[in-house]
Amino acid sequence: MLTIATGNKAVAIAAREAQPDVVAAYPITPQTEIVEQIANYVTDGSMRSQYIPVESEHSAMAACIGASVTGARTFTATSSHGLLYMHEMLHWATGSRLPIVMANVNRALGPGWNTWAEHSDAFSQRDTGWLQVFVATVQEAYDATLMAFRIAEHHDVLLPVMVNLDGFSLSHITQSLETVEIGDFIPPIDLPHRIDTAHPVGYGPMTGPDQYFRFRWDIERSMRDAVQVIADVESDFSNRFGRQYGPTEEYRCEDADVILISMGTFGKEAEMAIDILREEGIRAGGMRLRWFRPFPKLDLAGREVVVIDRDYSFGFGGVLAHAIRSTCRTDVYSVIAGLGGQEVTYDDMAEFVRSRAIGTEYWFGVTPDV
Amino acid sequence: MFEIRIHSRGGQGGVTAAKLLAQAAFNDHKYATAAPFYGAERRGAPVVSFVRISDEPIKVYSQIRSPDLVVVLDSSVMDVIDVLHGIKPDGTVLINSAHVMPMDGHITHHVDLTGIALSLGLVIAGSPILNTPVLGALAKMGIISQESAMKAISGTFTDERNVKAAEQAYAEVTV
Repeated sequence: MLTIATGNKAVAIAAREAQPDVVAAYPITPQTEIVEQIANYVTDGSMRSQYIPVESEHSAMAACIGASVTGARTFTATSSHGLLYMHEMLHWATGSRLPIVMANVNRALGPGWNTWAEHSDAFSQRDTGWLQVFVATVQEAYDATLMAFRIAEHHDVLLPVMVNLDGFSLSHITQSLETVEIGDFIPPIDLPHRIDTAHPVGYGPMTGPDQYFRFRWDIERSMRDAVQVIADVESDFSNRFGRQYGPTEEYRCEDADVILISMGTFGKEAEMAIDILREEGIRAGGMRLRWFRPFPKLDLAGREVVVIDRDYSFGFGGVLAHAIRSTCRTDVYSVIAGLGGQEVTYDDMAEFVRSRAIGTEYWFGVTPDV
Repeated sequence: MFEIRIHSRGGQGGVTAAKLLAQAAFNDHKYATAAPFYGAERRGAPVVSFVRISDEPIKVYSQIRSPDLVVVLDSSVMDVIDVLHGIKPDGTVLINSAHVMPMDGHITHHVDLTGIALSLGLVIAGSPILNTPVLGALAKMGIISQESAMKAISGTFTDERNVKAAEQAYAEVTV
């Protein structure tokens, strides 16, 4: 059905389609509409989930973990400080191999108090073992949330998945949305290690130096296997519903001399910048990175690379720029832009490419007087 | 692409007006996005919302800098905000006002949305509802079709006075 919705509402509708057994969540700006909608769906009976309104995000994730280990399909949503408050439990979800799905509405971290878009919240959870996908449209927020359940619950993965959407600039934007009849796209959840009271075992016991590393390696093995699972699920999604996704979305990259790499809504607006540059005779292409974990293999050989980071690792550099520099063995022009919702237009992005100086870092808007 | 900036005060329904307008454009089989700009606003503070309408998919997420149309739901914001900022040279203005308000050479339409809302008793928490009648005015101006405007309103609100208010604004706006 074709309708219009905000990014938040699209996530809530997708969660409703997936019919999680348990939703445990705590509201936070700009994620609030997701949990409000889900509470409405549970109240009106269109969602059969048990909705647990908890007192904190730490408890939200703990409740999801407790529910998931019984074999229940679980969903939650958060943002920014809420995500950070979950940090310990995020590791616990991964280590317990629980396919929890979470929407994270990307928002900056305080202080200064700021509710606008930034990717630092998600990137700060980079090493928790969660799969992370970043979306750029209302439609993609819906599609990626649906796919997240199937990817997470696949027996070759059994890891939690975080669907990231930009705070306000996607969460609160109204666009068209085509919902689908999911049919058997998401099979019933079958957690092989779920609690079975007929055969009691211990969960999360002491694991000594002779065993612990095996579990760590098993997480990494599944993260590597996830690459193929994601490709298969995205391919099946495309066959059934007609919309194609991959580890990246590329725009006019085929013959490009310079590639502009970004994530989230910037990646969509960057296509406007590419059109402007092409008209000027600059052979530029846009690449929007969708999957951040597992991090895709990118082929950037022979191209100049400009990376926009909507985040920063202090004392080091842009997280995305560094990831590309190290995995692609190429130097980049690293642009730090859009922090805390800083306005960045397609004209600005075109100028980043025109004025690129490979091997340097540029903070957009920072002048000597700042 | 047609770009619209809506000026109002927090609590007056400018955000909902943007969503309704996007819904109406969508009903007209156009692409549309509605984007509120959320600041640290409170009730009564000047706020803006953006609507883009296009025949092509819309890729822009940044704020509208050069609107084709500026809608002013509360003319008192003009005391503190330059509502014409960045407007295209041939851009037009729609103002909620009972009187003609010349706007620096721009074609300006006016309609007394507040009066219409009050006459129908469309008031919530002491504030007249402006976001449904404004759609009637925008339909008369040709931004959206009248049918799509009314459908967007009746699909969102059950109180029939909203449609009535929009019909009245359609009849009364100066074009």
